Amino acid sequence: MINTKVDFCGVEFKNPIVTASGTFGFGMEYDQFVPLEEYGGFSAKGLTRAPREGNKPPRIAETPSGILNSVGLQNPGVEYFAEHIMPIISEFDTNIIANISGNTVEEYCEMAQILSDTDVAIVELNVSCPNVKHGGLAFGTDTHVVNDLTREVKKHCKKPLVVKLSPNVTSVSEIAKAAADGGADGLSLINTLLGMRIDINTRRPILKNNTGGLSGPAVKPVAVRMIHEVYSAVDIPIIGMGGVTSGEDVIEFMLAGASLVALGTGLFAKPDLIIPVKRGIEEYMTRHNIENITDLIGAAVMN
Amino acid sequence: MKHTELCKLISRSEPIPGIFDFTIESENIAKEAQCGQFLHINCGESTFLRRPISICDAYDGKVRFIFEVKGAGTRELSKKQTGDMIDVMGPLGHGFEIKDNVKNPVVIGGGIGVFPLYKLAKELHGRADVFLGFRSKDRVVMESEFESVSNMVITGTDDGSYGYSGYIASAMEQYLNFHDCTMIYSCGPMPMLKAVKKIAEERGIPCQISLEQRMGCGIGACLVCSCETVNGGADKYAKVCTNGPVFYSEEVTLND
Repeated sequence: MINTKVDFCGVEFKNPIVTASGTFGFGMEYDQFVPLEEYGGFSAKGLTRAPREGNKPPRIAETPSGILNSVGLQNPGVEYFAEHIMPIISEFDTNIIANISGNTVEEYCEMAQILSDTDVAIVELNVSCPNVKHGGLAFGTDTHVVNDLTREVKKHCKKPLVVKLSPNVTSVSEIAKAAADGGADGLSLINTLLGMRIDINTRRPILKNNTGGLSGPAVKPVAVRMIHEVYSAVDIPIIGMGGVTSGEDVIEFMLAGASLVALGTGLFAKPDLIIPVKRGIEEYMTRHNIENITDLIGAAVMN
Repeated sequence: MKHTELCKLISRSEPIPGIFDFTIESENIAKEAQCGQFLHINCGESTFLRRPISICDAYDGKVRFIFEVKGAGTRELSKKQTGDMIDVMGPLGHGFEIKDNVKNPVVIGGGIGVFPLYKLAKELHGRADVFLGFRSKDRVVMESEFESVSNMVITGTDDGSYGYSGYIASAMEQYLNFHDCTMIYSCGPMPMLKAVKKIAEERGIPCQISLEQRMGCGIGACLVCSCETVNGGADKYAKVCTNGPVFYSEEVTLND
């Protein structure tokens, strides 16, 4: 008998599979393909204090083994989410992670406060969105800013607080330590890598926003390396993500140090991706005689 | 539950160079498909994302779609042979609304935009007056098929090498000077859609237009295939995949 349960920041996940914010809407779209109960949890579309219209299209460009996106946090705002969306999605037997982005420290704190009174399981602090002019990535690349922001939001957040880290930094483990020191209960990584594609006929970038965030299998080895680096540097648990498309990928991310692993861009090609992913995990655990999936977390041995 | 489906390719042809006419087998999709909806197709190993391709026709467990080779994905798809299996998601999206009380419906398509209009013209049961525009004579496609299901078809070419000479929206505008019409249906390149929207709105004729945009998930979750609407805030950009691809012209700005 294999046990896929994971305790993450005091929240029980029936399995380690979650989804990456921005790729999964508010869950309902994918519930048409696979019941949401199959997921350990899911991270909802990134929220801001006020509704946001997002960036001008085109917002997507395909790349070798991945995509660039520049959605720019289009969302109905945190209050609409709390009042109108949470009552629907909290009916599902799965954990909801609410992802928040602010323009200011105050906005982050207000959003954490509002979400504290809802049934979300975890609040994910997005300090790493590359597609917005203010906030987002500007918060996530400076250790002092991350430390102060985490500390302030923590005062207003009654839910476990996870800080989502950007790969667009010189040392991800320094940012991770700053978040942990600020009181973060967990970390999630990696957000997208900043990229660009140019149409050689028009000589203009394909994305109207010029640049966008790279995701998909193209970023997977970067994610694995960064998760391992962060796992070695801090004592708080990690949600790993970045190009996961199979059960074997999930195992690899867990061995690198992830406690939970998110599906993201891979869902666009395969909306029922969780089914083969879970099968792959079970086959691996059976083949390797692993009873508890948590035994895999950080179990990679360095050369 | 919705699902992706492996469908057998049962016929393929290349009616004009670079345009491929495929028919696949699928009881489910054929049964559910509405005109104006699309399929989200896994073209093969060369691309990561699926490609949205409009449904041209659906009947008796068969689904027909016609596409132009534009890049790596459509190129790989075009190489599939009869008997090959194709990974398809669909039918997806919000298609054309057909209202019974519509008088003298006008259907106008340009280039590869004519394909999604065929099932629509069929379902208008011979009532539609159809305008088909192409670049030049050698790009004219499906003309006789539209003729067999429509009240009238006017075909034109931008360069005047066949039929009406000039942009097809101008042909429709001249026609509307002498005919009543209570609904316009349109699909085609953006300059044509902008012209059709303007003509329809000047005359107060409701107009449904089918849009295309670079797409991600195809089911409304990822918010990349947006189009600008007349609304503000979080509703400024609608999702082409689920709010569309068909919109009423007055809902969308068609701003680039």
